[in-house]
Amino acid sequence: MSERILLATRKGLLDFQKRGGNWTNTRTSFAGQPVSAVLRDPVKGLLYAALNLGHFGVKLHRSADEGANWEEITCPSYAGIAGEEKPSLQLIWILERDQQGTLWAGTIPGGLFKSTDDGNSWQLNENLWNNPMRKEWFGGGYDAAGIHSICVDQRGDGKMALAVSCGGVWLSDDYGETWRASTKGMIADYMPPEQADNPATQDPHRLVQCTAEPDHFWVQHHNGIFYSSDRCANWTRVHAQPSSFGFAVAVHPHNPQEAWFVPGIKDEKRYPVDSRLVVTHTQDAGVTFHLQTNGLPQQESFDLIYRHCLDIDSSGKQLVMASTTGNMWLSENGGAQWQCITNYLPPVYAVRFV
Amino acid sequence: MPFIVCTQHLREVGPSQKEMFPGGTVREVLQQAAQRYPRLTGYVLDDQGEVRKHVAIFIGGELQNRRTVLDRTVQADEEIYILQALSGG
Repeated sequence: MSERILLATRKGLLDFQKRGGNWTNTRTSFAGQPVSAVLRDPVKGLLYAALNLGHFGVKLHRSADEGANWEEITCPSYAGIAGEEKPSLQLIWILERDQQGTLWAGTIPGGLFKSTDDGNSWQLNENLWNNPMRKEWFGGGYDAAGIHSICVDQRGDGKMALAVSCGGVWLSDDYGETWRASTKGMIADYMPPEQADNPATQDPHRLVQCTAEPDHFWVQHHNGIFYSSDRCANWTRVHAQPSSFGFAVAVHPHNPQEAWFVPGIKDEKRYPVDSRLVVTHTQDAGVTFHLQTNGLPQQESFDLIYRHCLDIDSSGKQLVMASTTGNMWLSENGGAQWQCITNYLPPVYAVRFV
Repeated sequence: MPFIVCTQHLREVGPSQKEMFPGGTVREVLQQAAQRYPRLTGYVLDDQGEVRKHVAIFIGGELQNRRTVLDRTVQADEEIYILQALSGG
């Protein structure tokens, strides 16, 4: 099981490692600065951290020595992109790396960028940017739409899937040369009825892909939980109690029918139902769910697990989650029991086993 | 030559003490400063080359309109202060 977790937080990048059986923060990088996304390249041993400096904009840093030293590198940029909207980078929401070593960045206001030189330069995917349906995208919790999930198929055949809030799920079969929306079965009940199934207005909060069964995907959507077993061609809505609303989802790396969610009261309240923090867990593609509560606060919890704040490691047994109120929990047995690692974090934006 | 001085928050990317750079407009002075401080531009200007929404530029003690400041002419002895606006929190 993984013994290292990177946390992107409002006050820096934290590097938790397991030492002597205990998880501790071994290093804080960019102390005091908001870090929105983090990525480790396991082949080259490079770390990437995206910062959101507010006044001074989005920055991207890279480390070649596991975080001891960082250098600022080129950021994805909308410079030279024409149009009345005058786009400007507001946030790097997700960083991913594919089998070929290409880096992918999902951003607000909705551009997808890639780098083939370890982040020294970035190119906007204009095929997606110029898709006419993008005009219908809108912000989900932010002023503009953003790409928060990028799944590059590990079969290495060019298949990709990404998710946009608000803008649906998009597929490519050729590493981004062409794109098509794929949300059949999803519903947006925050839209007028005639728009409820419009792909461009869907709000998937998070999209994850089963590593071993890459045609299987899960979405935690603004309107509930959706599952696909046919590479997003069709989505089936499933229902969990006490709520199907939430932001995060994790799928077992080998069993595509097994997934975890952390529910909250929809829409605007967004704290645990009855103030009890629970994880909802399914092993049968959402036909049934059961609650996981062992080790989690069952009263007066306002913890919200944001979309990138739940992760599962490659063993499929170890999960970690951290909340916007600074609490972090870990399970070594698929969520049957949770251990509180710390209550003293800043708001957490992303967690990743590395 | 005009001076540029930046808030301490930009000390790693720009001059935190007054430094002179040639230029007849604010834009030109910033471009010259970027020769010595290559990271500065991206902290002051956004992707579209406009002054970031929560960056404040003062000249002669007066807050400048961020939409027009880049084209403002500057005199040889004027000081350009680059600060973070409180509006950004």
